[in-house]
Amino acid sequence: MKSGEIMTGSRIVIETLIEQGVTDVFGYPGGQIINVYDELYKASDRINHILTAHEQGASHAADGYSRVTGKVGVVIATSGPGATNLVTGIATAMLDSIPMVAITGNVATSLIGRDSFQEINITGVTMPITKHNYFVTDVTELADTIREAFKIAKSGRPGPVLIDIPKDVQMAECEFVPGDIVEPFPTDEVADCDIDRAVELINSASRPYIYIGGGAAGAGLTKDIMALAEKIDGYIGCSFMGLSAMPNSYARFLGMQGMHGQYASSMANKDADLIIGLGVRFSDRATGNTAKYAKRAKIIQIDADLAEIGKNVAVDVGLVGDITSCFKKIVEKCKVQSHPQWQKTVEDFKAEGKRIIEAAEREAGDKITPRKIFDVINSLKDKDTVIATDVGQHQMWTAQCVNFERSRRFASSGGLGTMGYGLGAAIGAQIGSGDKTVLITGDGSFGMNLNELATAVTYNTPVVIVLMNNGVLGMVRQWQTLFFGQRYSNTVLDRKTDFVKLSEAFGASAERVSTIDDFRHAFERGMKADGPYLIDVPIDMDEFVLPMLPPGGSIEDIITTKKQEEK
Amino acid sequence: MRFVIAVYVENTYGVLARVSGLFMRRGYNIDSLTVGETDDPNFSRITITLDGDDHLCEQIINQLYKLHNVKKVKLLGNGASVERELMLIKVKNTPETRSEIMTASEIFRAKVIDYNVESMCIEVTGEPTKINAFIEAMKPLGIVEICRTGVVSLERGANIL
Repeated sequence: MKSGEIMTGSRIVIETLIEQGVTDVFGYPGGQIINVYDELYKASDRINHILTAHEQGASHAADGYSRVTGKVGVVIATSGPGATNLVTGIATAMLDSIPMVAITGNVATSLIGRDSFQEINITGVTMPITKHNYFVTDVTELADTIREAFKIAKSGRPGPVLIDIPKDVQMAECEFVPGDIVEPFPTDEVADCDIDRAVELINSASRPYIYIGGGAAGAGLTKDIMALAEKIDGYIGCSFMGLSAMPNSYARFLGMQGMHGQYASSMANKDADLIIGLGVRFSDRATGNTAKYAKRAKIIQIDADLAEIGKNVAVDVGLVGDITSCFKKIVEKCKVQSHPQWQKTVEDFKAEGKRIIEAAEREAGDKITPRKIFDVINSLKDKDTVIATDVGQHQMWTAQCVNFERSRRFASSGGLGTMGYGLGAAIGAQIGSGDKTVLITGDGSFGMNLNELATAVTYNTPVVIVLMNNGVLGMVRQWQTLFFGQRYSNTVLDRKTDFVKLSEAFGASAERVSTIDDFRHAFERGMKADGPYLIDVPIDMDEFVLPMLPPGGSIEDIITTKKQEEK
Repeated sequence: MRFVIAVYVENTYGVLARVSGLFMRRGYNIDSLTVGETDDPNFSRITITLDGDDHLCEQIINQLYKLHNVKKVKLLGNGASVERELMLIKVKNTPETRSEIMTASEIFRAKVIDYNVESMCIEVTGEPTKINAFIEAMKPLGIVEICRTGVVSLERGANIL
């Protein structure tokens, strides 16, 4: 057995992180994590720490970092409020299956359970929002615990793991024997007989629709999904989490389906006689009313997580295990098919979807519409540009309008829908990717965690912030317009915040635009800027995200124009 | 439908909270939950009984498997397993009821384990239906307090978890 060096728990934390290939960590120091920060200081030539303005920002940064790199995001915080400030970020990662390791300090074991200063039982708090968590009481178990945390975070369906380390454990000493980067737990291969059942369904389908989600986006299956679509003459749609797994330019890709999905993908999903779900949980936002969902279709569900099979929608064939090898086998085994009638149907849906959009844009005239903003962004971004968003109308417009060109270029809170996620995530995504990052946000979401502008300025992070400013909480307002008799309860932000001056106060460049031409020029300047660059773009407060399936409704209830609803 | 699920878990910090927390956050209602160390002190065995349909039962088992400390999960019941529960029940001890309590205890093969002039404590073991029947028998005689362990269960024959 290799022998190692005697060192403190806090140094073991840093050595183990480095051993696990971690190059960047996000965090915020404090009294009960000070020993770990001391070791970070000493190891600053081997591991880079990004200090955020708030622990929540750090947790979102670690999440954004992970989404674009595929690596485990790491966040460090102190006990008590430091730890609880991570909660929203950890929950965001949990709901979107993002691998993350959160390390928190805690009071010394002798003080645990006494309501000591800044003591909180963070393992108890985070139990339902982590894949697993640890409270380390013995320094000799620390290194292996961290290794196991990384293993769990990246295995199967990824997710966040928290390690809480009391101060005395950080200070205690033991031998540290360096190890290797841990591999995920081996996943079971899907049995061939089960794959054959799926292949049989695919071979007998005449209107196949491949429905991809976050699991597909993470598995690097872009080419294989295209290959299957070509082979079986099918079309592809995605859940929100599946965005950026497929290039939008690919003709068989119809975009996001569901509540604010593309007309064509929602309709193709409805008319399909076979849905091949790959790494999707058939969430309520994507399916609408499950009692009416895809009644005509057989459903195949392929997922890394057994508990997802049939959780939300009953499926005909469920395949659990290594989705990469399973999907590749399916592609190989399927016979080549041709479904001209299905092609025609879907092409008609696409044309109708396009017609709806064009009609709406014609009506808007010269007014700045979200779609015009995205036309500019699409024309000026390149294939590597990362798109991050906050949550609300701007997020759905992003989902509908951005042309993604490669996978892992999108950071947005899907499952939890975390307003305030964007800026931290954009900073993390930029640092992780090294590529220009565009944050699409709204005045509501941006107001939640705009303190991270300080971080972007400190690290001179090249993030272009497109702030779609309508002075209201647009998504809630849209619901209030449609379903609550236009009673705009607490959604009108009468704030008078000057976002340009605000950015300048933080030390960031910013400008306000009033026409779409102004926006184009501003965005060009932003894309060339070295550091953060905010563009305040006014939009109409009564702009709708369309199409829309009303909550609890199904595709038959689709709303495609504002007028239709006002009738 | 009533289900009995056996869960083999690592005997570590917080494991019971993880299992019971899962039931809480997914909205599953537990009828009873028992836990105890196994022959290997590194592992505990939890027995959970609950009501629900097949979909719920399948979901619970699959969700349990996702907990890192859970090593094995098995659905018991359908006549292929034996179930027992233990109850301690304290009833009023009066000259008028004493003999009926004693008779009932004998018929149910229960044991009087504590006695004073005001009350008696009786130990009953058996399947939950038997325990329930004994409670019904005691109701008119004056129940003071009840403590039930919840169900423990093992498969019949040579099968193990």
